[in-house]
Amino acid sequence: MALRSLIANKLRSFLTALGIVIGVASVISMISIGEGARKQTLETIAKFGTNIISVKPGQKKTRHVSTGKVTTLILEDAYSIDEHIEGITGVAPQTYQSAQLKYVNKNSNSTVRGTTSDYPRLANFEIGKGRFFNKEETRGAKRICVLGATVVKNLFEKEDPIGQFVKVDGDNFLVIGTMEPKGALSWWDPDDQIFVPITTAQKRLFGQKHVQSIDIQVENIDELETVKESITKLLRRRHNTREGKESDFYVSNSSQWLNSWGDAAKTFTFLLGGIAAISLMVGGIGIMNIMLVSVTERTREIGIRKAIGAKKREILEQFLIESILISFMGGGIGVVLGVGISKAVSKMGGWDTVISLQSILLAFGFSVAVGVFFGYYPANKASNLNPIEALRYE
Amino acid sequence: MSSMIKIENLGKTYNQGSIEVCALKEVNLEINPGEFVAIIGPSGSGKSTLMNLMGCLDQPTVGDYILENVNVKTLDPNKLAEIRNRRIGFVFQSFNLLPRATALENVELPLLYGRIPNSREIALKALEKVGLAERAKHRPNELSGGERQRVAIARAIVNNPAIILADEPTGNLDSTNGEEILRIFNDLNAEGVTIILITHEKEIADRTKRIIAMKDGKMVSDTPTNRASEC
Repeated sequence: MALRSLIANKLRSFLTALGIVIGVASVISMISIGEGARKQTLETIAKFGTNIISVKPGQKKTRHVSTGKVTTLILEDAYSIDEHIEGITGVAPQTYQSAQLKYVNKNSNSTVRGTTSDYPRLANFEIGKGRFFNKEETRGAKRICVLGATVVKNLFEKEDPIGQFVKVDGDNFLVIGTMEPKGALSWWDPDDQIFVPITTAQKRLFGQKHVQSIDIQVENIDELETVKESITKLLRRRHNTREGKESDFYVSNSSQWLNSWGDAAKTFTFLLGGIAAISLMVGGIGIMNIMLVSVTERTREIGIRKAIGAKKREILEQFLIESILISFMGGGIGVVLGVGISKAVSKMGGWDTVISLQSILLAFGFSVAVGVFFGYYPANKASNLNPIEALRYE
Repeated sequence: MSSMIKIENLGKTYNQGSIEVCALKEVNLEINPGEFVAIIGPSGSGKSTLMNLMGCLDQPTVGDYILENVNVKTLDPNKLAEIRNRRIGFVFQSFNLLPRATALENVELPLLYGRIPNSREIALKALEKVGLAERAKHRPNELSGGERQRVAIARAIVNNPAIILADEPTGNLDSTNGEEILRIFNDLNAEGVTIILITHEKEIADRTKRIIAMKDGKMVSDTPTNRASEC
């Protein structure tokens, strides 16, 4: 019965349901976009490893005002950490700068990262072709390099880069390997860099003695804090830092900002979901509005039904079912649309979306609840109509 | 034999804003099973109020209405709805069919509310009885006025009610169609259905067996017609 009256008012039912459709679709797509953003961020950050401790030079400060670069963190510090600290599985000192790369007639402005043989393992880089440089080559400051995937694409296109020479700031470097692509972050493309032995970078390219960062991989994540402490101790001793004086470096680990990033993304998801929920609410008010019009318009019909024996509950049910059906259909179409939007966004925007069953159930359940909540008042109004007055109504 | 309807000292007052309107007062009436009664009177005489009360659509302010030995005052709204569904059939001047439902669906409706099985076949039989079986799939706006009223009668009799209450059933019809409606009422009455017909036309009232005249909310006369001897 309820269905029949909905069919009789096709356009109206559709427009009413549209409010719910938009609400549900936006809840689902917004949450999936937010979740996707969160997942993607966490994944890319996790790619750099959560068991990595990073030592960076501190700020030179005069009366708490930073006045310049600290150059006390040197390669020997890294070797010393490797030698003396327990519970670590790799050390990768790094120094990096942007440099002009050239191959035949192609140019590229990329990051040149000087490092050691442990780096690919610590930074989760996979070797594509060829190989990474070894310890001896690092010691010997050889002019060899390994190219990131973006560099390969920019300089060589389809050509095989292994065995070719790339000019880095005018010097020829032999390509001995390439990296598998890692995927770009929004603010930085880790594939757009080349890797050279750190000694080569220091002596031949940048002309510096210090390193910009030392990454240390911890064997057991539970020992992270202990390892951090012993590294701090070791370096303070090596740098002759007196008791009570601030260190000229600082030690951090990636899981710290992994957490804060995750939290930020979660807030983002809640925000999007909240906005979408409001639109669902507006859809619900639309249902109530149209049901009230429907009750007034069908006053006479209600009178007839009551006169021939419809009970109060049966009238209530009829109108309630009508509004639930509208929101149910709206919810169904909304789910399809929402999933479609999420898929489209991930396809066209290259943005991962996570469609969780939870968000679908939440949106769908909420839409039906909206149908009941906003349908109840009009339905109750209909069921309380006085049959005599309803029959007299023109 | 106990009476079908027993009305004792019945009165109804409406509150219209601050003014109390007395629509019905001190009505005493008894109707036996199988009677064919006309209630006549000018507009405002209280005949519609009386019919609403007899149809359990309204509750009296004072007095008692005893329908089939049950005092209606003691019943809750759900029980009243059940009585309207099972024991009373309504026929209105303006037909009051559901516009979006077919003739058959309209006739079927009381059976659905009464949760009676095989409603489709029973409804079709009721339509056959008023000679409209072949119009079952038509909607009210595809039917003539006379046909619509016959659908309404089929709907009224589909639950085999004890009483049919007809409020000016011929008021919106031409004389040929009105005649047809009256013939159907006669046939139903011959089968033993109690019929109470409200009208303001003397000629129609004369076709019944008993005429109750109302004026200003009171019964002014209660007389059998010539046809009373027929049964």
